[in-house]
Amino acid sequence: MKPRNLLIGSPMERVEDFRFLRGDGRFVADVNLEGQLHAVIARSAVAHGRIRAIHTGDARAMAGVRAVITARDLGRPVPVIPLRLQPLAELAPFRQPMLAHGKVRFVGEPLAVIVADSPQIAEDALDRIGADIEPLPAIVDREHAEAGETVLFEDHGSNVAIRWTAVRGDAGRAFANAQYVRKETFRIQRHAALFLEPRGFVAQWDGRARKLTLWGAAKVAFANRKILAAAMGLAEQQIEMIEVDVGGGFGSRGEFYPEDFLIPFAARLLNRPVKWIEDRREHLMTANHARETECEIEIAATGDGRILGLRGRSWSDNGAYIRTNGSVAPRNVAQFMSGPYHIENIALSTTQLITNKTPAGTYRGPGRFEADFVRERLIDLMAKDLGLDRVEIRRRNLVRENQMPYPLATITPYESATELDGGDYRQLLDRCLEDFGWAEKVKLDGRLIDGRYHGIAIGCFIEGGGAGPSEDARIVLESDGTYSVYVGSAAVGQGIETIMAQIAGDALEAPFDRIRVRHGSTGDVAQGHGSYHSRATVMGGSAIVLAAEKLRDKLREVAARALGCEPGEVTLDSGTAKGPAGKSLALSELSEAPVEAEATYRGDKHTYAYGSLAAHVAVDVKTGHVEVIDVASIKDVGRIINPATLHGQAVGAIVQGLGGALLEHLVYDGDGQLLTGTLADYMVPSAGCFPVIRSTVVELIPSPNNPLGAKGGGEGEIIPVGGVIANAVAAALADFGVEPMELPLSPPRIWALIG
Amino acid sequence: MRIKLKVNGKTVEAEVAPRISLADFLRDTLRLTGTHLGCEHGVCGACTVIVDGAAVRACLMLAVQAHGEQIVTVEGLSNDDALSPLQACFRKHHALQCGFCTPGMITTAHALLTEEPDADADRVREVLSGNICRCTGYIPIIEAVLEARAHYADQDAPP
Ligand code: FES
Ligand code: FES
Repeated sequence: MKPRNLLIGSPMERVEDFRFLRGDGRFVADVNLEGQLHAVIARSAVAHGRIRAIHTGDARAMAGVRAVITARDLGRPVPVIPLRLQPLAELAPFRQPMLAHGKVRFVGEPLAVIVADSPQIAEDALDRIGADIEPLPAIVDREHAEAGETVLFEDHGSNVAIRWTAVRGDAGRAFANAQYVRKETFRIQRHAALFLEPRGFVAQWDGRARKLTLWGAAKVAFANRKILAAAMGLAEQQIEMIEVDVGGGFGSRGEFYPEDFLIPFAARLLNRPVKWIEDRREHLMTANHARETECEIEIAATGDGRILGLRGRSWSDNGAYIRTNGSVAPRNVAQFMSGPYHIENIALSTTQLITNKTPAGTYRGPGRFEADFVRERLIDLMAKDLGLDRVEIRRRNLVRENQMPYPLATITPYESATELDGGDYRQLLDRCLEDFGWAEKVKLDGRLIDGRYHGIAIGCFIEGGGAGPSEDARIVLESDGTYSVYVGSAAVGQGIETIMAQIAGDALEAPFDRIRVRHGSTGDVAQGHGSYHSRATVMGGSAIVLAAEKLRDKLREVAARALGCEPGEVTLDSGTAKGPAGKSLALSELSEAPVEAEATYRGDKHTYAYGSLAAHVAVDVKTGHVEVIDVASIKDVGRIINPATLHGQAVGAIVQGLGGALLEHLVYDGDGQLLTGTLADYMVPSAGCFPVIRSTVVELIPSPNNPLGAKGGGEGEIIPVGGVIANAVAAALADFGVEPMELPLSPPRIWALIG
Repeated sequence: MRIKLKVNGKTVEAEVAPRISLADFLRDTLRLTGTHLGCEHGVCGACTVIVDGAAVRACLMLAVQAHGEQIVTVEGLSNDDALSPLQACFRKHHALQCGFCTPGMITTAHALLTEEPDADADRVREVLSGNICRCTGYIPIIEAVLEARAHYADQDAPP
């Protein structure tokens, strides 16, 4: 069923905004329980070392300190954080323990939890923890990681965790026969999601009912409940995860971190509520890092620019442990290197290396941002080498509509076949050229104007969305005639309450203000898979459509009994049930008790939104500053629920991408010390950086893979930004023969390139 | 130490330890949790409050330094039932996503427009560049603040 289309597609103002604008939001730091204690985490200052002893006596002796917990107190074996995605046996040795024991492997690794009467006392006690750690050489680069003279996991004997391969066709043959071949090495720097609200939890243990309540759940509350239950030796039903307002996620927040266990553990141990709020330095040292990848990739083509193959190797610097979703980006680098292009022969691999840095995880567009940088750079280099137009060469190679569904390269060892679900890729390339004003702007390419060199570039991308397996929704018609909609999707700042209410309103044929959306907490629905892989709208929204259908069937049955007719004779029309012969009944009078229906939407075919993005930069060769003068993007998401919120996500994603292309860098020294531990060192875009971003989202071709026809669209525009900006800089600095192969394009890197 | 100050028009007297920041005092003692903490080292602007008319980072000021001052937080810029004109502009332009930076943006913009109701786009960008937003890319925030200018030019004591 296609829901009617009154609310869907309309740029509704958000219901969430009232509370946020007035300071009434309730974030986890705003949750306070009677009698709560405060936790801080003692962390390793050493990147790699053997723990001789952790002295806690002085801290324990302080007035107001209630407990100091080390790995010893967690029982044997010390629980580890399992892998939520790609849970392969060969990755098991690299799972992170909840508290370090035996060895420490990165700066920031948790050593102990201090619980005290106030955060101030707990912080003072931190200084009294004595960590006696025998330092070992720190592994901070690929060369030393591969050499393996020092290994992080002695039992495993090597710093290579796993190698992912993506295969399609016969790359060997394609390369042997190709007229054109070029091989280059590219580097993408370590950076991070850096959501603005620090992580945190408040945990409460009810000893009598043997029930744990945890405030601060996000993204994947059900999956995390399962992990937590196993680690604490509880049944899932003994744990309630409560999602409060969430200050941004971008892939990183809501994955299971040690604190997800440590804070509930402390609450049970002490039988008191325990609160922990991360500080920004901890965040930069311990929340998932992302993106650090080196790629040696070769492209093969015919003399007239038809791409025949991609082959090569990539290495992702995974940091010290493989966390819940640590393999997503490395596998994606291999599988999505071909992006929206028809490339018949592919042989790519990504090796996940273990180093003494913060563990890596997903960040918006995981692996895709990296792969797009490499591929779009190679395409521009190829156009230059072959003397072909860089737009034409893209148009020629984009997957065509009649090739859909289009299978991507197959990934091993964790097989998940996927195919592009449709779209008119070339049309959006053309529309992007037009929106951007390519024909005029191309005249500026490489020109020196007022002391700065101008350059433009364009790139094409796909965005994966709608990860399975399922999502649940439950809708209740309350006795006051309002609908409560419960969904397993989670809020990460994307306006889910508004969007889900729009979908529910149309599906129920009910007005917007009669609908109240609840989401993300484990008490609401039987099962939920949360918000990642741009799946909330597609999966949660589809579940709502199904639940609404079921509820309407039920309402027809109830109404038929009251009206004395057959259910098939009842029509439901905004708030009333009409029977034959003009008899009707207000839905609110239908029954004393609430009527409810629950449905599960299943689907594991991914959606692929797609589009193009163009940028115009001006480079000051004296200061090395790259100014982004203009960005224009266009993307097709099949069906738009709320154009205003979607547009907002697109602009936000582009600016994050510009941060990754030009500013953001998590820098380590040779000893594995993080040098960018504050927001003064780790640069994110500010309001003055990128004033012109023009972004369009269209609904051209619906996805065949779900009842809404929607394609997940929360990440897309970040994906092409690194490649497009680097290509624009190359175009600007063509006179200098500059070809950027490494991000970020910070002033020192621009100077180095000019030489 | 004993301090006396005005917060959102109400006189407050309290005993505070000298180490407590103004932000912690507002959040923990007065339970005015609209003032957010994103970095606690003066960079993100989420904790911005208005002290005697000027936008100030509450994480960098000690509560005892606020003795005798007039403090306005985001709660003090909010009406009971409807959004203020500035807040309504934010909503209209979708100038917030997760909403965590929003209180700091509102207080900073309010302080700016009260002083300079004719601030141009460059000036608005310059002033707001001290507040980090990781979600919106800033463009809708700038649009919202520019549109809100009219309401500050029109009247003496907005919102
Ligand atoms: S919390 Fe005060 S500036 Fe970030
Ligand atoms: S709306 Fe999320 S940080 Fe600004």
